[in-house]
Amino acid sequence: MKSLKKFALGMAVAGLSATAVAAENVKIAFIDPLSGAFAATGTNGLHQFRFAADELVNENGGVLDGQMFEMVAFDNKTSPKESLTQLQVAIDQGIRYVVQGNGSGVAHALTDAINKHNRRNPDDQLLFLNYSAVDPALTNEECNFWHFRFDAHADIKMDVLTDTIAENEDIEKVYIIGQDYSFGKAVASAAVRMLAEKRPDIEIVGNELHPIGSVQDFTPYARKIVSSGADAMITGNWGSDMLGIGKAAIENGFSGPVYTYYGAADGITAAFGETGVGSLKLVAEGGNNPPSKPEAQEYIRAFKDKYPDGNISQARITNVIQMLAMAIDEAGTATDVVKVAEALEGMEFTDSLWSDNPLVMRADDHQLIQEVHILGHVPVEAPFDFDNSGYGMQYENSVVAAGEDLPMSCEMDRP
Amino acid sequence: MSLFIVNILDGFVTGLLLFMLCSGLTLIFSMMGVLNFAHASFYMLGAYFAYQISMFTGFWVGLIVAPIIVGVMGALIERYGLRRVHQYGHVPELIFTFGLALLIEEFVQFFWGRQQVPYNPPAALDFTAFAIAGNTFPAYKVFMIFMAIGLFLVLLYILTKTRIGMTIQAALSYPETVQNLGHNVPMVFMGVFGVGTAMAGLAGVIAGPVMGTFPGMAFTLGAIVFVCIVVGGLGSLWGALVASLLIGWIQTFAASYNLRMEDLLIWLGFEKPMLIWESPWQDLWTLTLPQVGPILPYLLMVIVLVLRPQGLFGKRET
Repeated sequence: MKSLKKFALGMAVAGLSATAVAAENVKIAFIDPLSGAFAATGTNGLHQFRFAADELVNENGGVLDGQMFEMVAFDNKTSPKESLTQLQVAIDQGIRYVVQGNGSGVAHALTDAINKHNRRNPDDQLLFLNYSAVDPALTNEECNFWHFRFDAHADIKMDVLTDTIAENEDIEKVYIIGQDYSFGKAVASAAVRMLAEKRPDIEIVGNELHPIGSVQDFTPYARKIVSSGADAMITGNWGSDMLGIGKAAIENGFSGPVYTYYGAADGITAAFGETGVGSLKLVAEGGNNPPSKPEAQEYIRAFKDKYPDGNISQARITNVIQMLAMAIDEAGTATDVVKVAEALEGMEFTDSLWSDNPLVMRADDHQLIQEVHILGHVPVEAPFDFDNSGYGMQYENSVVAAGEDLPMSCEMDRP
Repeated sequence: MSLFIVNILDGFVTGLLLFMLCSGLTLIFSMMGVLNFAHASFYMLGAYFAYQISMFTGFWVGLIVAPIIVGVMGALIERYGLRRVHQYGHVPELIFTFGLALLIEEFVQFFWGRQQVPYNPPAALDFTAFAIAGNTFPAYKVFMIFMAIGLFLVLLYILTKTRIGMTIQAALSYPETVQNLGHNVPMVFMGVFGVGTAMAGLAGVIAGPVMGTFPGMAFTLGAIVFVCIVVGGLGSLWGALVASLLIGWIQTFAASYNLRMEDLLIWLGFEKPMLIWESPWQDLWTLTLPQVGPILPYLLMVIVLVLRPQGLFGKRET
């Protein structure tokens, strides 16, 4: 583990010396777990970033007058404290763009630190491009000018999810289960609130939290879900807790849809296999398996050639890279991040690999407004499957410009 | 009522699975005199080996071969690792097994990655055995029950009815005397360690498809296994069985019934604060039984240690 960190630092140092020769590289700090329990997710994300930067920007001649994107990896071990240390290292290296996604706790720490840093150091400012941390507060109460979010936040996803449930007349009883911490509670309260608005007749037959990461056997929970007579269940679980509750429910007789936030890729698709077909659903932005655009299919093929064990599981990563490149070109500078941020604000992005509809970076709160889908777990041919398992996720329901009319409480101070 | 029966069965499966780990550990514990922290890691190795073998030959070969590999590994570790450390006392032994547990976890992550591997029940057992009021009971769990009971009967027979069993029991209590009588006690210890780890491996093989095969599986089960042998009493097979079933049922029932602290407090005559979300006691008032479920086995251990330090079926104090 230590060696990985040293490796990352070594890479950073190597990057530093490279700048002396070709002073033009636009460096992007990737601050996410590369060791510890979530290393697999973090490493896969880094591969997607590196590949997107090479394939979508550097191959086409880079930005401005031939400056290349360069990803610099920092291992934060999913710890907010470690992230701030790594952020300082990135700042010392003169990096102006930070991407991070795993964990809203980390994102809160980073957005706060970057906001303070930028206020105190007007000559040396940074932008924070958040590609996965979904706590709604980041673009609401806690929003700031330097933070941009490319994923749909938790309430937007719940909005789409509850729309789907509301349209389904067969669903009369819903069971909500989640991990016992802030995110699990946020998902549960959003579900209760939105279902009450959209379908007051739906009965919440269960709403409970289980200890995070320490339940060995989910069978008793599955029994409760089956006995409650629920027609559908909603869970914000991730990792082994996602797999545990989903598999236990389906194997013990639950036949309705299992709506999840994180029920795909990172080993989960492979572990569900045939069991998940017809039950497992995912709410997410991004592409179909396979994606509809031929260039997106080509992109996935090329990625799989380079990283055979990887997944294009976070489609938004290409949006981050492409939109940043567009903003830098439009601003005419990569060093004055205020201009880049102003170019990103309100940007309408039509060339996403995954979406036929334009993506809009809402200027008011820096939340990307995009199409969000409910996807179902089905057999999918390689190489468009997840985890090389022969299974993937396909669109079942799509909402264009999802969450556009959700209430927003961002009051942004602009430089 | 039907849910009660289903929970009895589920708890029975969990308990039997725990027993397969505890029975080996309790013998090893009484033999070495220290906890083997790496015991649950052998359980994990069993699951991973079986997964790897099942990729090539199917589930059933893995069921037989994986525990044997784990057992041989365990025996070799005892012979060339633990036995050398043993002469320096208990603390180095403890540290050795602790290091071994970390080593095995890293080993597993190195070869199979950090994600869950798709290790699934065999197709022949992938059907519903029966259903009670909509709650289905997978055939694979019936198979687990029979495997565990079979293992218990075989162990009971060997330990109590055969000459080998008597030698083992004697060697556990009076190693010097048995040595003087001409038995090869180090060999017996190696055998016990090997068989104990093989049983943990077997538990991993059959639990992997149900509980999930991932690098954290040893950690989540490890602590519970120690609770089991302390509650049951060191070196007692019956104790291990009773304690495992007890803990299996406690965990299952605690997770199944949403008893609320609120009801208990009101029953005790307390008044619920009007603005519960601003009360300093809100965490206590909103507690439910499933939330405290995971600590109940430890509570049981503390109570047993206070009232009966040798464990429910233990014969000596440690």
